[in-house]
Amino acid sequence: MSDTSKVQGGVLGWVDARFPLSRMWNEHVGEYYAPKNFNIWYYFGALSLFVLVNQLLTGIWLTMNYNPSAEGAFSSVEYIMRDVEWGWLIRYMHSTGASAFFVVVYLHMFRALLYGSYQKPRELIWVFGMIIYVALMAEAFMGYLLPWGQMSYWGAQVIISLFGAIPGVGEELALWIRGDYNISGVTLNRFFALHVVALPLALVGLVVFHILALHEVGSNNPDGVDIKKNKDASGKPKDGIPFHPYYTVKDTFGLGVFLIFFSAVVFFAPEMGGLFLEPPNFQPADPMQTPAHIAPVWYFTAFYSILRAIPDKLGGVIAMGSAIFLLFLLPWIDRGRVRSVRYRGLGHKLALGLFAVAFVCLSYLGLQAPSDLYFGLTVTTWAQIWSAVYFGFFIFLFAYTAFGFERTKPVPDRVTD
Amino acid sequence: MSEDKANNSRRRFLTGAVGVVGGIGAAYVAVPFLAYWNPSARTRAAGAPVEVDTSTMQPGQKVNVTWRGQPVWVIRRSESAIDSLAGHDDVLSDPDSAVASQQPAYAQNMYRSVEPEFFVVVPICTHLGCIPSFMPQPGSLDTNWPGGFFCPCHGSKFDNAGRVYAGVPAPTNLEVPPYRLADDGVIVVGEDQEAA
Amino acid sequence: MRRLLLIALLACLSAPAWSAGGGGDLMDARVDVSDEASLQRGAKLFANNCMGCHSAEYVRWNALPEALGVSMETVESNLIYGDYTPGDTINAAMRGADASDWFGAEPPDLSLTARARGADWVYTYLNSFYQDPDASIGWNNTLLANSSMPHVLWRMQGVPQARYEESHGEQQVAELVLPEGQQGTLSESEYHRVTRDITNFMAFMAEPVRAKRQEIGVWVIGFLVVFTVLAYLLKREYWRDIH
Repeated sequence: MSDTSKVQGGVLGWVDARFPLSRMWNEHVGEYYAPKNFNIWYYFGALSLFVLVNQLLTGIWLTMNYNPSAEGAFSSVEYIMRDVEWGWLIRYMHSTGASAFFVVVYLHMFRALLYGSYQKPRELIWVFGMIIYVALMAEAFMGYLLPWGQMSYWGAQVIISLFGAIPGVGEELALWIRGDYNISGVTLNRFFALHVVALPLALVGLVVFHILALHEVGSNNPDGVDIKKNKDASGKPKDGIPFHPYYTVKDTFGLGVFLIFFSAVVFFAPEMGGLFLEPPNFQPADPMQTPAHIAPVWYFTAFYSILRAIPDKLGGVIAMGSAIFLLFLLPWIDRGRVRSVRYRGLGHKLALGLFAVAFVCLSYLGLQAPSDLYFGLTVTTWAQIWSAVYFGFFIFLFAYTAFGFERTKPVPDRVTD
Repeated sequence: MSEDKANNSRRRFLTGAVGVVGGIGAAYVAVPFLAYWNPSARTRAAGAPVEVDTSTMQPGQKVNVTWRGQPVWVIRRSESAIDSLAGHDDVLSDPDSAVASQQPAYAQNMYRSVEPEFFVVVPICTHLGCIPSFMPQPGSLDTNWPGGFFCPCHGSKFDNAGRVYAGVPAPTNLEVPPYRLADDGVIVVGEDQEAA
Repeated sequence: MRRLLLIALLACLSAPAWSAGGGGDLMDARVDVSDEASLQRGAKLFANNCMGCHSAEYVRWNALPEALGVSMETVESNLIYGDYTPGDTINAAMRGADASDWFGAEPPDLSLTARARGADWVYTYLNSFYQDPDASIGWNNTLLANSSMPHVLWRMQGVPQARYEESHGEQQVAELVLPEGQQGTLSESEYHRVTRDITNFMAFMAEPVRAKRQEIGVWVIGFLVVFTVLAYLLKREYWRDIH
C-alpha cells in the first residue's frame, strides 16, 4: 500500500511537488474504493476504454497512408491492405474494433439498465455516457464513408437524405452537410476531418467527464446499494476494495478473454460473414448504381428498423430520433427508488427483458429486406411490433413506477456476494 | 484485508509472469506498427532496378534515367574521353577513389566503371546537391579542361570519371550507383555486378 | 440475464451471410487459399484465359511467389506476357475502350471480385454459361443474365445449351445441358476443377494475406490463452483477500 502521508523524495517527490501525480493516481485508482461485488457485466466499461485506445492508435496509423479523395480513397485502402507492411492487420484491427466498440458499449449500457446505474445520483454519468454513444454513432457513420466503397457511398446517401425530411430547412440542411448536390469528394473530405480529428477529441474529453462524474459519486453495483453508507473507522467503505490491485488484475483477465474473441475475428473472420465488412464495400463507390440491398452496419440496424417501420419519411425520422432521445431521459422516466433488477418488481424484470429482446430483434430485422416474410408477417410488420415494444418500455416504466404499481423486494444494507 | 491469507511469493511470481508475458505481447504488437513505416511494396516497385539499352548509344552520348527518385546518367565515353582520365592525378582530390561510399567495389578503378567505355553516375554534386553540367569536350570550360562535369552552383569540377578536383567545394567524387552489365548491351542500374 | 446475452450473440452470429448478386442457389467453391497446387493451376489458367481482357490492378506480380510456393523466375516465365517488371500490377492486354466497343461493356477489374461478389458466385458464374443465339455476343449466363462476357472456356467445357420451360407466360431457362457432339476437351468433373482453381486464385487475389493471417492467428490466440490463464491465476491470488 502506498503511504502518501510520508513526504516522498526522489523523482516521484519532485514531480508530486509540481504536478498532482500521486494524488491523481490515488484518487482514481490506488484509493478509489469500488464495491467488491462487481460481476461479469462490469468488465465492459474498462473494455470500452481499451477499444477506444485501439481505435485511436490504429486510426492514426491508417491516416498515414489513407488518401481522403474521391479518386484515391478506395485504392489507398487496398494499398494499405496489400502494399503496406502489416497494413492489413492495422486495418482489420480498426474495422473489427469499430464493431467491438459497439458490442462492449451496448453491453455496458445494458448493465446500467439492469442495475439502475442511471438513477440518482448518477444521472449525469448516464447523460455523459449517452452523449458519448451519440458521438460514437457519428464517428462510426463518418468513418464508414472513408473506404469509399459502394456501401460507404450509399449508406451515407441514405442517412444524409434523412435530414431532408425535416420540414422547411431539410433539403438545405442536407445540401449543407454534403457540401455538394450529391455525395462527393467534398463530403468525404469533411467527414475525414471530423472522423480523425474533431470527434476523437470530443470522445476522449467526454470519456474523461464520464469517469470524473463516476468517481465523484462512486460506482454502483449489482445490488444497487450505496456502499458509502457503511464505512469503517478509517472512513473506508466496508464493502469497497481499492480499484488497484483488485480490479486492475480482474480487468487484465477480462481483457485477455476479450482479446481472444477479438483476435479470433481479426485473424479468422474479419468480414464476420458480411456484418463487420460488407461485400458491396469491396466495389468502389459508383454514384450511378445502387447496390441491390442497402443496410447500415449491424450496430445501427435497430434504429434503422424503427425508421423503416413508419411508412412516412418525416414520421420515421422522428421515431428514430425519439428512440435515441428517450434513452437520455431514462433517469427521469424511471421513478423507482430501487436500483437493481434483483430487488425490483416482476413487471420491471419482464419489461426490461422484453426491451432487450426488442432491441436484438430490431437489429436483426434492420439487416433484412423489408418484404421478407417471417412466420407469415413481413419484416416491416415485425419491425412495427418490436418498435411498439421498444417505445412501450418507456411508457410502461414511467406508469409502473410513478403511480406506485411496482412491488419491490427489500434492499439489503450490505452487498450480498 | 487479512494479510495472513496472502501468499506473497506466489503473488510476486504471478505479477512478474503476467508482466513479462504482457510485455512480450506488447513488444509483438509494436512490430506491425513499426514495420508499417517501412517502404511499401509500391515504393519498392518504384525503386526497382532500371534497365538501359546501350547497344544503340553513340560514343559521347548520355542517357538520363531515374532510379529511386534520383537521376542517373549512363554515358558512353569516347576513346578520347577515356584517354583523358590519365595524367592529371595531381590535381584530383581522390584520384584512386579511396572513399568507399562513393562507388561499388567493382567500380573502384581509374575509370570508376566496370568497363571503361560505359560510365554510370548519379549526377548530384557532392557539395550541396546541384546537378552539374556534362562538359565532355576538352577545353570547353578552360584551356586545361580535359572534359568532365562542372557544377554551376559553386564551381566544383569533376573529370570524365566523376573524380573531384582539389581546391573546389565538393568534398568527394560523384557517386557511382550499383549497376550490372547484362546481355546484349543492357545496363541494369540498381543491381550489383556479380562477383567475377 | 446471461441467457439474453447468449441470444444476442447467437442472433449476431446466425444472421445470414449476404446473398451477393442474387440469382438463386450458388455452387460451393470450397475455397482453400493454402492449396498451393490449386493456386498455381489457377494462376496459369487466369493468365491464359482472363488476363487478355481483365486486369487485377491491385495485385503485384511479386506478391505471387510466396502464396503460390514458386520462385519469381517461375512466375515470370509462366505467367507474365509482354514487358513487365516484377513490381508491376496485373494489367489487361486489351485496352478498356476497345473492349467497350467489342462487348458493349468494359471488362471489370478482377482484383476484388471474389470478395465483392463472393467466391461461390464466381465459381457458379463460370459454370453458368450457355449458347444463346438471341444474345448479341452469342452467349448468355444464367447467373448474370445478358452478361456481356463470352464463354471463354468453351473449348474446355463444350457448348452448353439451355432447355427452356414456360413459366408465368415466359420462356425461362430450366437447366443447362451438354448435347452429344458439343462436348469440350474436359469432362464435367475436370471442368469443375478448372473453374474451382480459377476461383481459388481469384479468392487469393481478393485478399492475398488470407492464408498468412490465419497462420498468424493461431499463434496469437495461443499466446493470448497463456496470458489469460496467468492473468486469471493472478486475479484469483489477489481476490483471496476478498473472498
